[in-house]
Amino acid sequence: MDSYESTHQHIASSRLKDYFIGATPLQKRLESVRKQTSFVPTPPRRKIPQCSQLQEDNDPQKVAFLLHKQWTLYSLTPLYKFSYTNLKEYASLLSAFIAAEKQKGLAVEVGEDFNIKVTFSTLLGMKGTQRDPEAFLVQILSKSQLPSENREHKVLWTGWFCCIFGDSLLETVSEDFTCVPLFLANGAETNTAIVGTWFQKTFDCYFSPLAINAFNLSWMAAMWTACKMDQYMAATEFLWSVPCSPQSLDISYAIHPEDAKALWDSVHKTPGEVTQEEVDLFMDCLYSHFHRHFKIHLSATRLVRVSTSVASAHTDGKIKILCHKYLIGVLAYLTELAIFQID
Amino acid sequence: MSPQKRVKNSQVQKRTSQVSGNYPTNLLAWEEKEDLNDSKYSLKRGQNNPVEDYGHADDQAEDALQIAVRYFEKGPVKTSQNKDKILEEHLKTVENVALKNGLAPEGIDILLNVALSGKFGSAVNTRILKCMIPTTLISEHSVVKAVSWLCVGKCSGSTKVLFYRWLVAMFDFIDHKEEINLLYGFFFASLQDDALCPYACHLLYLLTKKENVKPFRVRKLLDLQAKMGMQPHLQALLSLYKFFAPTLISVSLPTRKKIYFKNSENLWKTALLAVRQRNQGPPPEPLKLMLGPAKVRPVKRKWNSYSVIPVLNSSSCSKECGKKGMILSNYLSSHELFPLEQLKSFPQLLQNIHCLELPSQMGAVLNNSLLLHYINCVKDESILLRLYHWLSQTLQEECIWYKVNNFEHEKEFANFLATVNRAQCFLQEGFYSCETFLYKSLPLWDGFCCRSQFLQLVSWIPFNSFSEVKPLVFDHLAQLFFTSTIYFKSSVLQSLKELLQNWLLWLSVDIHMKPVMNSPLETTLGGSMNSVSELIHYVGWLSTTALRLESNSTFLLHFILDFYEKVCDIYINYNLPLVVLFPPGIFYPALLSLDSSILNQLCYIMHRYRKNLTAAKKNELVQKTKSEFNFSSKTYQEFNHYLTAMVGCLWTSKPFQKGFYIDPDVLEKTGVAEYKNSLNLVHHPALLSYAVSFLLQEWPEERTTVNMRSIRGKKWNWYLDYLFSEGLQGLKLFIRSSIHHSSVP
Repeated sequence: MDSYESTHQHIASSRLKDYFIGATPLQKRLESVRKQTSFVPTPPRRKIPQCSQLQEDNDPQKVAFLLHKQWTLYSLTPLYKFSYTNLKEYASLLSAFIAAEKQKGLAVEVGEDFNIKVTFSTLLGMKGTQRDPEAFLVQILSKSQLPSENREHKVLWTGWFCCIFGDSLLETVSEDFTCVPLFLANGAETNTAIVGTWFQKTFDCYFSPLAINAFNLSWMAAMWTACKMDQYMAATEFLWSVPCSPQSLDISYAIHPEDAKALWDSVHKTPGEVTQEEVDLFMDCLYSHFHRHFKIHLSATRLVRVSTSVASAHTDGKIKILCHKYLIGVLAYLTELAIFQID
Repeated sequence: MSPQKRVKNSQVQKRTSQVSGNYPTNLLAWEEKEDLNDSKYSLKRGQNNPVEDYGHADDQAEDALQIAVRYFEKGPVKTSQNKDKILEEHLKTVENVALKNGLAPEGIDILLNVALSGKFGSAVNTRILKCMIPTTLISEHSVVKAVSWLCVGKCSGSTKVLFYRWLVAMFDFIDHKEEINLLYGFFFASLQDDALCPYACHLLYLLTKKENVKPFRVRKLLDLQAKMGMQPHLQALLSLYKFFAPTLISVSLPTRKKIYFKNSENLWKTALLAVRQRNQGPPPEPLKLMLGPAKVRPVKRKWNSYSVIPVLNSSSCSKECGKKGMILSNYLSSHELFPLEQLKSFPQLLQNIHCLELPSQMGAVLNNSLLLHYINCVKDESILLRLYHWLSQTLQEECIWYKVNNFEHEKEFANFLATVNRAQCFLQEGFYSCETFLYKSLPLWDGFCCRSQFLQLVSWIPFNSFSEVKPLVFDHLAQLFFTSTIYFKSSVLQSLKELLQNWLLWLSVDIHMKPVMNSPLETTLGGSMNSVSELIHYVGWLSTTALRLESNSTFLLHFILDFYEKVCDIYINYNLPLVVLFPPGIFYPALLSLDSSILNQLCYIMHRYRKNLTAAKKNELVQKTKSEFNFSSKTYQEFNHYLTAMVGCLWTSKPFQKGFYIDPDVLEKTGVAEYKNSLNLVHHPALLSYAVSFLLQEWPEERTTVNMRSIRGKKWNWYLDYLFSEGLQGLKLFIRSSIHHSSVP
């Protein structure tokens, strides 16, 4: 009881104080999760992707390489003790790891010659703000066995890591971490698994497949339709899946991109921004149009794919970016989804 | 959690399971019971048939079915002239009912016998087999009996084939498979029959367990393959064998063959869908539709094939990279790092704590108590962040109801949660990851999956402002609480008790570690106490409503009073300035309980409340200054109110006057002549049996005229001693502390 008397005054424990102020990165994370869980999960308004926000110093060849390919999306927790100065070493370590995995666990000397080669390279300028860490690209190349003069390396697998407008995540980690929450892979899934496993072991991070739900697909449809295009390369197309047995039924709905744009312009009010009401209205117009013709309520089905001239996305977490101009805008939204998943 | 606490838990669980043994609560037990009912009423379908809208016409169909089945059971009538017509009529009846609603297990049992015994012609047998569609399930015995007919050789080859196909199609609806598995050798032998072989293979494929894979069977299969060539069905069985016993089979099998079996269930396809729907209710598709992507690629299965929790490895990369890029400061401070793999004992940890190498994947600490010690005392935020990220993502990915409904991994997930809980107990601290996981997954939880592990997570929610956490956790929990069984309610109360205990421990340790601090925020002790008292009020609200819902169940009251045993002692046990009394909705049901242990527990709690309140009062008098933690006079009034009611009932035989007032007119209407005595220590329904035993034991000669009213004066005191000796210690403490002995009635 004695010790108790002295505590009768205003007392606060440091741990509790930390807790309430949210002083440490960990507590900032917790705060943000709380907010997200208790309120609407996504902000009700977003910016329409603007014309190339890509910075000047990017390598056009590399950017072109990223377009028109199908990428499988993953979210990734921050990398611990990753350093951009060690990329060369990472390349040799990863290639040794891949060789070892392929030989089923036999020990492999680092630096030994294999018939594959791994490269790490940065994607300069691929960022939304200066604070965003540099994006980087990892490739597995096959080395031809023949010692020919100009041997061409065939690309077996490509993956890249990026963070576009990742402020909300950057605020909640300390310096030891590198935040590249969005990972995109193209190539055999076994290779993705090996590379992913190596990253998980080396930088104590965690990859999760990033699926895109119908709600976010509608947002993509609206935002990408809103983009100004000089010329349209593809029709605006939606794919809905009807859950019926034994086989599910897919409904494809293609619209001329200019009609889609006209529809968008008619529902769009706030310049430069897309709001939740506008997205809902846009989709509702499409639904009612379809219903008028086919007497099918699309709102009762599930949106599984959206393709526009800007990009196309599938609910499984597959994306293809078509338009160079809006690359950053598309990636910014994907980064947002990835951060939401790792929160 | 201390070992003691865990022992207590297991006791409570034992208690729970004992009771649940008496009342079948799980669905399976219930279904089994229904099945028994079914067998009594022979062909009447069980009451649990979801299709309940059959009216008069269906009743007629039911009777017709019974007649038809009886007809088939007796066998064909040779003499009748229009026997074909009768047969056709009965067949039609059976087919109609079977296709519409399915057949009860008994019906299938009889008709299977008929079809395979060869009483009728092959065409009839075929038609009967085709309509062997269960309402819900097929009894294993029927199948075993049917198989025994195959040995007699009374049915044709085509009937046999059809029977095998039926068996494959209905495999999932057979209630048990153990006895069928005992017939493995028989089915295996039928591989020799060329016509049966593909279906026998399929059946064996479904039936094979590891112990069925024997060298002689492998030889036989390889022989068959040599004889018949590469048949897909044989390959399927061989690859399954190879999966179970890779050493026995050295031949290489194509790995990427997907369709092994012809779809032999197509005969019954629509019927099967109907059965599945009957068994599961309407398909859950629409719900899944709303919750987002139906299929998410499960990465883990391919990537980290060994276990959920990473293996302990020292940071390999930093070592490798360090060779080249080591900077000066590293050289200066370079102690030899102590490799994790060598860390085996606590003294080793203490000696090397300054130069311990950390695991490359922080998640590995969950399985290593020494490292848990380490992360408990280390102040490095990045270690905690690494653990946070890993654990959050793993919980999210592994959780079987959060993203995809992959319920086959339930056990794995339960084990993982158990490991996480063990680590939390060990650290006596909740992980933030678990808290955020609760926020996200609790709204989607069915209250059933991994129940005990998940509820344990609740008890480790770190100390929080209650009002902030309430909408995230406790509101969802309340919904589940009110709509679930009494056992669920008890488990929730149990984990809320643990939560309270954990919060109190943190607070009491915290206060005594940091003596004085001034802060304008609501981090004051007052704020913290508010949070705790809100938690207690929340549990009080849950409990009051639950008691009403469960009609004052004794079982539930035990759990509620267990909670209040913690609550009443906060001031003394944890040195925290808080006394919260229970609501009347708990006090009165406990006081009027028919169970002596409840009454005893109530007495104990009242005794402790008294101790705590008097200690608080004494402190106030010593301090003299007004402190914000002086309990309002309302708390004392409330306690006195309860105390008066208790003494009035149990001791002075003047109930319903003070504290617990009931209009005398109402009491009169009850017709109880001497209601005044009826709740005292002698006549209280919970203690009456003690009083009788006491009288019989002390005055066995008065066996015929047990006079309760004789317990008074000296006898009253003896009676009290008797009660105390019977283990009513709570009552003893209560009487000793709250009642002055001069007032013996």
